[in-house]
Amino acid sequence: MSRQIGEVVLDLKQVSLSFGGVKALTGISFDVREHEIRAIIGPNGAGKSSMLNVINGVYRPQEGEIILRGQRFTKMNPYKAAQAGISRTFQNIALFKGMNVIDNLMTGRNLKIRSNLIQQAFWWGPARREELEHRAKVEEVIDFLEIQHIRKTPVGRLPYGLQKRVDLGRALAMEPSILLLDEPMAGMNVEEKQDMCRFILDVNDQFGTTIVLIEHDMAVVMDISDRVVVLDYGKKIGDGDPDAVRNNPDVISAYLGASH
Amino acid sequence: MPETASSQALDTFPRLLLEHAQVRGGKVAMREKDLGIWQCWTWQKVADEVRALACGLVEMGFKRGENVAIVGDNRPRMYMMMSAVQCLGGVPLPLYQDAVANEMLFVLVDAEVRFLFVEDQEQVDKVLELQEQLPQLRHVFYDDPHGMRHYTQPFIHDVRELMEMGRIHNRNHPALLTSEVAAGSPDDVSVMLYTSGTTGRPKGVCLTHHAFISAARGGADFDHLTADEDILSYLPMAWVGDHLFSFAQAMITGFTINCPESAETVMNDLREIGPTYYFAPPRVFENLLTQVMIRMEDASAIKQKMFHYFMAVARRSGAEILDGKAVSFADRVLYGLGNFFVFGPLKNVLGLSRVRVAYTAGAAIGPDLFRFYRSIGINLKQLYGQTETCAYVCLQPDGEIKFDSVGKPAPGVEVKIADNGEILVKGPMLLKEYYKRPDATAEAINADGYFMTGDAGMFDDEGHLKIIDRAKDVGKLANGAMFAPNFIENKLKFFPFVKEAVVFGDRREMVCAFINIDIGAVGNWAERRGIAYSGYTDLAAKVEVYGLIQESIEQVNSELLGEGPLADSQIHRFLILHKELDPDDDELTRTRKVRRGFVAEKYGVLIDALYAGKDSQFIETAVKFEDGRQGKVAADLVIRDLKTFAIAGRAAS
Repeated sequence: MSRQIGEVVLDLKQVSLSFGGVKALTGISFDVREHEIRAIIGPNGAGKSSMLNVINGVYRPQEGEIILRGQRFTKMNPYKAAQAGISRTFQNIALFKGMNVIDNLMTGRNLKIRSNLIQQAFWWGPARREELEHRAKVEEVIDFLEIQHIRKTPVGRLPYGLQKRVDLGRALAMEPSILLLDEPMAGMNVEEKQDMCRFILDVNDQFGTTIVLIEHDMAVVMDISDRVVVLDYGKKIGDGDPDAVRNNPDVISAYLGASH
Repeated sequence: MPETASSQALDTFPRLLLEHAQVRGGKVAMREKDLGIWQCWTWQKVADEVRALACGLVEMGFKRGENVAIVGDNRPRMYMMMSAVQCLGGVPLPLYQDAVANEMLFVLVDAEVRFLFVEDQEQVDKVLELQEQLPQLRHVFYDDPHGMRHYTQPFIHDVRELMEMGRIHNRNHPALLTSEVAAGSPDDVSVMLYTSGTTGRPKGVCLTHHAFISAARGGADFDHLTADEDILSYLPMAWVGDHLFSFAQAMITGFTINCPESAETVMNDLREIGPTYYFAPPRVFENLLTQVMIRMEDASAIKQKMFHYFMAVARRSGAEILDGKAVSFADRVLYGLGNFFVFGPLKNVLGLSRVRVAYTAGAAIGPDLFRFYRSIGINLKQLYGQTETCAYVCLQPDGEIKFDSVGKPAPGVEVKIADNGEILVKGPMLLKEYYKRPDATAEAINADGYFMTGDAGMFDDEGHLKIIDRAKDVGKLANGAMFAPNFIENKLKFFPFVKEAVVFGDRREMVCAFINIDIGAVGNWAERRGIAYSGYTDLAAKVEVYGLIQESIEQVNSELLGEGPLADSQIHRFLILHKELDPDDDELTRTRKVRRGFVAEKYGVLIDALYAGKDSQFIETAVKFEDGRQGKVAADLVIRDLKTFAIAGRAAS
């Protein structure tokens, strides 16, 4: 394998998040290393999505800090996160349903566009050159995800599995260094899951992208991730490589072995 | 390029390639859609890349006469590799890209393949699966590097490395390729195509440069093809049709081949390219039509009315206008309007606006389907040929289209009908031999040099060839008249209500038939008439359904009357089977061909009843369900007599 897991790029320290009286996350610490696939698992309501939302700044934790590549953030926001190279997909697919695949992927390039509104309105000079460059990047993503045949199809008309793939494509169009995937395989059939696994591994392998994913399918998580962190009722109850997590008694009682 | 190609006769494909590079070096030879853009290769660029590939192969130890297997979708570099191998006096051997590893094994071993060029990771994986059984294999090259990063096997190479090596080699030995091309002979084998092997093991059909050039040139002259044609290359490269249309004819005329982006985007790519020359098996045309019809169902009432009105005009006069026949002025005006409002936009949606000539072959095409395309002004024609004849035996000439024939013998081809009805052909396009199978070669080519096609056919009064059946299925009625079951069954199956038909008559007094109705089409028909039914068996036994099928068969009978020797094969009695013929019950093959012998044996009691003149027959049949359970279907089947037509001139006898 050419992929080498490197230094810690993202470090969460004693993160606590509450909504009024409800404690969603309590004193959670874990780190993510460069080029690794890091999974977050846990029963429903364990705080997995909240954790992801904290990382890219949708939620602001009351306590704790996030250290991204040595830079300390007490108040992350989505814009800063995106600028720092973090992109994400959503559990319930948040694409523009009426727009076609190309346009949806182009929105992923938004942060990288330099020309101003007026230039873009007239599609003039640098704006035009720039758009062609971005379109070329988008085409690479289309090629990578093998969605050439739906290039011009409005996203709302696509089957669910393909929408998920487009969602991933938009995140990839940002050329992220860290990719957050919120249940990328929820609601998919076996074949679609296999395809998605393949794409996730390929992204990680070819582009060296660090991946943090939430997933319910245990077989998938154990197969593809390097390290797994386990949450339960907002607390961390396990952390380590898949085998260690699988044999951790707390994890077994909370999640794996219990009948949910 | 300092080539001397044009001073040589243009009698091999490499010489043709070098000629094109010289004469029309700047013209586009190949296109492929990649990253959303149609990438172009000019003839000059093709010649340069072919040179790099060929020199690279020499560097890797390629020897004259060797077979190189090529596996992948239609892509420019795949076609270029064919040329490169031909330049060195080798034989390209394209394989079906969707074959599983084990199916490829036989061919790779049989042809002693040392060099293999594959498209992508998927094909490389297949080769690796077979690796231990291929001791002679030396090098595998791949075109698409996607996913290939971690393959460290020393015999697997990126084709770009091969070309890089070739370019260096070419700088050191610039005269090599020219002398290799000069050493080639038109009688060398230019390509080897394996027959699918429905009977026995696959056989490698060796076709020479001379054969394929004759076939391609004959066809190109016949249809006045020029260097300005565009063709979409999307059919398997291992199929003789693709080799003729996408490789040989492009090399002859210098037209442009266009490779789709992926298998799923073909329809889209077709629209973008708008080919002027198009080739597709009947099922592609059928799918296109089905899509159109489904979309019309969803269209607004005005559009539907307009569509149906103008389609009626087209049915009346479209094909005649295309054939240049006399049509009333009023109809011409209406057709012109129809062309503006319906046919033109429709052709545009199908990507067929620019088509000058379209061909179909490979299976029987239904007359309605064929007529539909011709009536909206697409010059769709049929051809007939086999792998062994470079897919070149008969072509339909412009203006002389008959729906039920495959046209006249193509220029340079001699066709005759043997006493047993088998079609025999002779001409420059015949195979040289079956690879390492002199026994099979001797069997296929008779003492007079005719190739025995294995098809039975006949000529009509105007010299058009009609394909009747596979020769081995053709039998005789008790009175000695020819009996061709597939021919009759195909006629029956062209009716949408008939799903499957089995006719009997060999060595019998008359022809009788089993019918399977199409539950979808007949069910729909029954619903619209308020006929209630519970399932297949119930529906099949309805008096109304019997009436419907009877009408269809009697129409076939009237058609058979005009089929010369087949007039005696009119169907006298029929019944509708109480269950669908099913591969799970061994009645059909997996490719849905009727297993005639098995069906005759299993339903012997029904055949006896048909011939004994009974009005009905009880039958009970075991069936297998998909989950493996067994069950029984029993029914009292009605047998009906049919109207037959007296054969003119024989009534007195």
